[in-house]
Amino acid sequence: MEMLLSPANKEIGIDALIAIIKVAVIFNALLGLFSLMTYLERRILAFMQFRRGPNRVGWFGILQPAADGIKLFFKEEVMPEGAHKFLFFAAPVVAIITAYVALAVVPYGGPLVLPFYGQVSVFGRPLDIQMASLDVGVLFIFAITALGVYGIVLAGYASNNKYALLGGLRSSAQMFSYELALGMSWVSVIMAAGSFRLTDIVATAERWNVWVWILVQFPAFIIYMIAACAEVNRTPFDLAESETELVAGFHTEYSSMKFALLQMAEYINMITVCALASNMFLGGWLSPLPGLLPNSPLWFFAKMLFLLFVFIWVRATVPRFRYDQLMDFGWKRLIPAAAIWVVLYSGFTAFLGERKSPPITVAAAALAAPQASR
Amino acid sequence: MILDVILFYGAAMVALASGLFVIAQRSPINSAFSLIVTMCSLAVMFAMLGSGFIAVLQVVVYAGAIMVLFLFVIMLLNTKQDEGDRGGGIGRAAIALGIILAIQSMVVVWKGAETLPVNHKETTSADVARGLFSSPRFLYAFEATSILILSAMVGAIVVARKEKGK
Repeated sequence: MEMLLSPANKEIGIDALIAIIKVAVIFNALLGLFSLMTYLERRILAFMQFRRGPNRVGWFGILQPAADGIKLFFKEEVMPEGAHKFLFFAAPVVAIITAYVALAVVPYGGPLVLPFYGQVSVFGRPLDIQMASLDVGVLFIFAITALGVYGIVLAGYASNNKYALLGGLRSSAQMFSYELALGMSWVSVIMAAGSFRLTDIVATAERWNVWVWILVQFPAFIIYMIAACAEVNRTPFDLAESETELVAGFHTEYSSMKFALLQMAEYINMITVCALASNMFLGGWLSPLPGLLPNSPLWFFAKMLFLLFVFIWVRATVPRFRYDQLMDFGWKRLIPAAAIWVVLYSGFTAFLGERKSPPITVAAAALAAPQASR
Repeated sequence: MILDVILFYGAAMVALASGLFVIAQRSPINSAFSLIVTMCSLAVMFAMLGSGFIAVLQVVVYAGAIMVLFLFVIMLLNTKQDEGDRGGGIGRAAIALGIILAIQSMVVVWKGAETLPVNHKETTSADVARGLFSSPRFLYAFEATSILILSAMVGAIVVARKEKGK
């Protein structure tokens, strides 16, 4: 007992407690954001298509997600005949776990500084709104997204349904193809920051001035947004579930809460890629008017919500690709564009002498390794 | 540190159990998924040794890229369950080799495990980069390997390409 209450263990205990509270708060906030997203998506789509959208439950239909949730809870769970029982159950679990784990390293705002109060600290530790600050932050997200593919592949395979299998295969092929461009679009950012840590990337943006950063990284940002859209299977890249050919793709056979989990994983992934873009390309929690307005997590959320709105906007505007068009676009347009940008940016860095840091080469090597093995 | 011990034995048990599943399962798809779990628990081990970079690469390259290719082949060829036949002579040889390996690793653990140094300092990605690129010791090997991989890729494309007019 003496040993358990030693000062060192007490420190660890406090750290663990803070971490658990942070995880609980952020997890629940994301659940809230997810349900809000389903509502907003339907309302915005309806507005853009001259419809009304859900407007009956609660004030302007704001309680619609709750109603949907209750409905899904009470639906019957259907297990298709001949399905692989364990994998059929495991697929939504894998999908949702990978979706949430990826969010663990995203910073939602730097050290929490309140107006008229200053730096907030708990037990003498400065409080920052992030679950874990990893040295390999960006690569960690890349790794977890790579695992996220299994959720969809498993769902397609375990259903014992040809449409589901086709959907699963299509989506995995699509996700690898676009992961290459996604990874390459990060290279210029990592090169400039000289680090994979997301807080370092935002700090570099602050040193450069936010607007300079946004302008310099803009080509990479465009490539990232297109690849990310494909990565999370959103229209116009939602071939995995294209209802005109594949009924509903990989989740054809899913019902009730398992279906809800798959949907949730998709939305959480969408939030992850937008949060990442907000931090990497748009300067995260940095104020757009440096000096005039203070830096605040609110800026981060504003940028992220704007990007989420862009995803919905694109969904309402652009029709779905054909499968061959999708592959052509990925391999013959997007990847060469990303490669050219990487070469150009490295050239700039070498001749204008921004920084010469070893992580540049590590980044290139790390991103080349999975490509080489594919 | 009690937490380290719990994490280590947890990851070790998962790795061993899923490793056993890989060879004990009859359906190839189950084996493939067990192998993914093994790779991920190895990544946990690397992370515990303070090399997060290697841990992440383990997941990206092995659990992510290579296993997906395995799964693709299994799913597209729709491989049936392995029927009986535990491979006669090869099976017996494998068991013999396994026993030898087990004895060897037990001897190693018995003799030297406690004196083996464990690096508790965290190795960052910048450290890895400095080790690889700032001394010519590894630089040559690294560049040569990347050219080898590149030529293998080009070779694969050339072999897979359909000849025109045939």
